[in-house]
Amino acid sequence: MFDERSPIYVQIADGIKNDILSGALEEDGQVMSTNQYAAFYRINPATAAKGFAQLVDEGVLYKKRGIGMFVTPDARAKLRDERRKRFFADVVGPMLEEAARIGVSVDEIRKHLDGATR
Amino acid sequence: MIPMISVRDLTVRYGATTAVDGLTMELAPGRIYGLLGRNGSGKTSLLSVLAAYRRADGGSVEIDGVDPFENARIMRDTVFVRDTLDVPEGDRVGKVLDFHARLRPRWDAGLAERLTEAFGLDRRKRVSALSRGQRSGLGVVLGLASRASLTLLDEVYLGMDAAARSTFYRELLDDYLAHPRTIILSTHLIQEVADLFEEVVIIDRGRLVVQEETDTFRARGVAVTGPAEAVETFVSGRTVLGRQSLGGVRQATLYGGLGDEEERRAEQAGLSLAPVGIQDLFVHLTSGEHTPEAVR
Repeated sequence: MFDERSPIYVQIADGIKNDILSGALEEDGQVMSTNQYAAFYRINPATAAKGFAQLVDEGVLYKKRGIGMFVTPDARAKLRDERRKRFFADVVGPMLEEAARIGVSVDEIRKHLDGATR
Repeated sequence: MIPMISVRDLTVRYGATTAVDGLTMELAPGRIYGLLGRNGSGKTSLLSVLAAYRRADGGSVEIDGVDPFENARIMRDTVFVRDTLDVPEGDRVGKVLDFHARLRPRWDAGLAERLTEAFGLDRRKRVSALSRGQRSGLGVVLGLASRASLTLLDEVYLGMDAAARSTFYRELLDDYLAHPRTIILSTHLIQEVADLFEEVVIIDRGRLVVQEETDTFRARGVAVTGPAEAVETFVSGRTVLGRQSLGGVRQATLYGGLGDEEERRAEQAGLSLAPVGIQDLFVHLTSGEHTPEAVR
């Protein structure tokens, strides 16, 4: 499940964000405890805790004392906004660069998209 | 109470050989540490002093603020498992387990029974009749079921097949989650167990090379690949752990993570960056080309 490309706690945080975006984790819903998470993914609980702490810092999760961690009510909309802002820079930009490298014109891309959505 | 471990300027000698050479480190309580080092790097000697199996030749070790040597209170709560197993060879498995159950105040008989079965150990068999993998299995049973506040496991997986090792890692983590304690696990098989370590401690030639959060350590290795000249320009002034070339293409392994700005600069120079696996990073750091001081 985890790769070498980034620290595991970052991958944990990203995985939870994706689950919130897809709706697999509901707003105000409880997420697994760090121990459950550690046991499930076979990782040190401190690593899991670090991923969760980052999400609390970012306002994606919040803590209920003595109960556990929950998804912030507006987390989904906030994450969507962030991802939408980065979409052109992170996804479309590299695609256009690759297109330029191999001589695919913007026109061709446009045609392809028109075809794909028709 | 889970003890704090403090090692100061520790030296261990065997005749003319210095196994541990002025090693200083502090280990916070309640964590799983991975102790990594090549054969002969001093891992077993270090653990032997922590377990009070032998005395330091120089420097000091404090567990919970006191010297563990011949300290009954500390020793009752310390377990050390190494490849020699240190149990009577003529005893049957059942007798060994019963003896430890009486010796260890927090012995978990249920866990011992489950693990004994998981590792395919026959209680009626004599220790001398066990296979290498079964001996290791018995070591793991003693190490985990003792549930000691300080648990020292020295390459306890020898001879275990992949399935048995996987059982060992799973049981170790589950029992740690339920009963947090300080566990130091020495190993060569870093890749398959690294995710369990909160911190890695790497020693080489009796000296400390790295003590760091596993995730932080993992991020320190970067492989830079591209035209030889561009690679050399980019890596100049950095800690290069290794180089290899294929035709005009060179790959240099760097120690120390790159910032966003540096990553952009590498990309502009036509270089590709890739992470270095934790096992490779360890091999590079202890391959003898670099003095431990070089990466500090």
